[in-house]
Amino acid sequence: MMLQSNNTAIKTELTNEPFVPVMYEIKRIQRETEDTFTIDLILPDKKKTNFRFKPGQFNSMFVHGCGEVPISISGNPIKNEKIVHTIRVVGTVTRAIRRLKVGEYIGIRGPFGSHWPVEKAVDKNVIIIAGGIGLAPIRPAVYHILEHREKYKDLSILYGARTPDDIIFKKELESIRGRFDIDLHVTVDRADNKWMGNVGVVPTLAKRITSDPSNSIAFVCGPEIMMRYSAVALQQYGMSLQDIYISLERNMKCGIGLCGHCQYTGKFICKDGPVYSYETVKDLLKTREI
Amino acid sequence: MKIEKNKKYLLSKENISSLVQILQKQKFKTIAPVVKDETILYDEIQSIDELPIGMTDVHKAGSYSLKKRKDKALFGYNVGPQSCKKFLFPPKLTLLQTKKIDGKVTVIKSSDPVEKLALIGIKPCELSAILVQDKIFIEGDYVDSYYKQQRDNLFIVTTNCTETAYSCFCDSMKTGPEATKGFDLAVTELIDGKNHRFVIKTGSAAGVKVLSNIEGIALAPDDALALEEAKISSAKNKMGRSISTENLKELLLDNLNHPYWAEIQERCVSCGNCTMVCPTCFCSDILDETSLSGEDSKRTRLWDSCFSKDYSYIHGGVVRASIKSRYRQWLTHKFASWVDQFDTFGCVGCGRCIVWCPVGIDVTEEINAIEQDVEKMKPVEVEA
Ligand SMILES: Cc1cc2nc3c(=O)[nH]c(=O)nc-3n(C[C@H](O)[C@H](O)[C@H](O)COP(=O)(O)OP(=O)(O)OC[C@H]3O[C@@H](n4cnc5c(N)ncnc54)[C@H](O)[C@@H]3O)c2cc1C
Ligand code: SF4
Ligand code: SF4
Ligand code: FES
Repeated sequence: MMLQSNNTAIKTELTNEPFVPVMYEIKRIQRETEDTFTIDLILPDKKKTNFRFKPGQFNSMFVHGCGEVPISISGNPIKNEKIVHTIRVVGTVTRAIRRLKVGEYIGIRGPFGSHWPVEKAVDKNVIIIAGGIGLAPIRPAVYHILEHREKYKDLSILYGARTPDDIIFKKELESIRGRFDIDLHVTVDRADNKWMGNVGVVPTLAKRITSDPSNSIAFVCGPEIMMRYSAVALQQYGMSLQDIYISLERNMKCGIGLCGHCQYTGKFICKDGPVYSYETVKDLLKTREI
Repeated sequence: MKIEKNKKYLLSKENISSLVQILQKQKFKTIAPVVKDETILYDEIQSIDELPIGMTDVHKAGSYSLKKRKDKALFGYNVGPQSCKKFLFPPKLTLLQTKKIDGKVTVIKSSDPVEKLALIGIKPCELSAILVQDKIFIEGDYVDSYYKQQRDNLFIVTTNCTETAYSCFCDSMKTGPEATKGFDLAVTELIDGKNHRFVIKTGSAAGVKVLSNIEGIALAPDDALALEEAKISSAKNKMGRSISTENLKELLLDNLNHPYWAEIQERCVSCGNCTMVCPTCFCSDILDETSLSGEDSKRTRLWDSCFSKDYSYIHGGVVRASIKSRYRQWLTHKFASWVDQFDTFGCVGCGRCIVWCPVGIDVTEEINAIEQDVEKMKPVEVEA
């Protein structure tokens, strides 16, 4: 209930700036799979966006009349003339985003959160493990490493999808497969009769890594259970939990530490996360319903 | 007499009355506790006659009632169900409005106005709760601009407690019974037979300025200061509840899987009352509304509670599905994680959650029970 009183009211221009999104125009929508699409945004005046972000950070995407959801940025952090997101339709807001057309507007607040530690990975082997839509938040890290390829040692990408039809970024993955400086393995949980590749959950691919584990860093993104099994597999392979990074997901309303929703004991996943070293969250991951 | 900061002056009841008038002349809306709907609530007052004169509130776990006092104290109450949180962090606030024409969306820069508010007669725990929320809303990386603007237009007259209720434990949380910081003016009401006086301490330049407008006041004499000290320390000694805050954070965070959480689950109905009455809880949700044509849309921020299931919903399920996990979230947030987040406890010991819990769950008892249980389980050190 707001207090109204004519003599004491103070005019304010804008109530709550951190909650006000910047409007972007949809430039392109590209289908990835049955339920997943990639959407490119530019500023309405067609100026370059010059939107700076770090790999692994996310934006709050606002749809007029519908709501706002946290979505990782999936584009190239160096080529920032557009903002790219890859979204899986699961409910109200993600469905509303898919219904929008090129030329329509989406509000953006961000970038928020922590990032994949690409700086720490310099001079190391980088192991990327992604499950399903989890490849989207990690793609900017891949772009970053490819742009500065000489700074990094071996790059391995292990990717798992439910079925061959659920594989996102297909074209890009195919082009990567041809590169001699990337070790790519893709697996599916359930194959169809055209599938010639690996079958099985993604942590089982960890066996394929050949780089020296003591000089490696891993970025893992996918469902929590998949990240836990991947961490176990990486440990067996010889890595320490400090060098394994994961991205956590919780309900988020504000993205800026004000609404409380993303709390993870003393952490706000929107601010201190979503990317954490496995070591810092290992006990919490073992505790149910945190 | 020249009024100075951090000095104590003696005021009469008439002086308190003029204080309210002075604040009104300075265009403050004067807000104070009043008796309403058989409780003590905050409302606008025109004069001190509207205060709960001669009334007090009686607290029990799960119960609250009003009682006549033997005297005509102006500030002889404890805390009602409402806290001052609603003034800075309103239960409902328009965050933004947007308009969509031909797919193009524009943000309309409209907003709920803030106003000059003088909070009169708020207890030290209330004041401490504002200081706790300041850390969240204005002292972090992102500033809640509404909160900040309203905060900058606040004048606080706190009243030190000389009596306590069953549910009070401000002494444990170090937030009372005497206010030590954050006020413009702090009043201690002294009733000694027919002698009705007030010791008032200036805490800010604004407080000095307001007090300077009252004619003929003098420094508080020694006997008044002695009585003030005696009354406050008697309140301190008569705290209804207590907890030990030493190592409390570690105690709770080390025992996230303690069987006691399941025991509390047997009683907690997950109604969320404790979060709604709590002066520090800051969780919020957002409601999106659209006009029939779909052209106009509004985002409203609403108070939310970690006791609701939706609160932790993510695609695929609710993270905190059991009541046990929600109660644990609430209690460990207030008394443990808050310390990591904001370098203070999230509890000021006001006791509201105890009074307004429909089944009378008492945080202090639960904490003490966990502590004792953990203590019992500790391996006994054997001498070699
Ligand atoms: C840091 C972060 C990054 C993410 N990145 C991506 C991404 O790149 N691509 C992608 O497709 N999805 C991503 N998600 C998940 C995405 O936010 C949810 O799928 C989305 O919020 C679902 O909203 P909805 O309204 O469509 O679904 P509904 O089921 O209708 O959800 C209702 C409401 O619950 C909340 N909610 C539901 N699921 C989630 C969830 N998983 N995380 C947070 N809040 C949720 C939202 O407030 C949502 O509006 C990310 C989540 C987080 C926390
Ligand atoms: S947790 Fe309970 S006692 Fe502590 S501040 Fe909140 S309502 Fe008051
Ligand atoms: S998480 Fe719960 S206890 Fe913590 S501020 Fe939010 S509603 Fe209050
Ligand atoms: S999403 Fe609001 S606090 Fe993290």
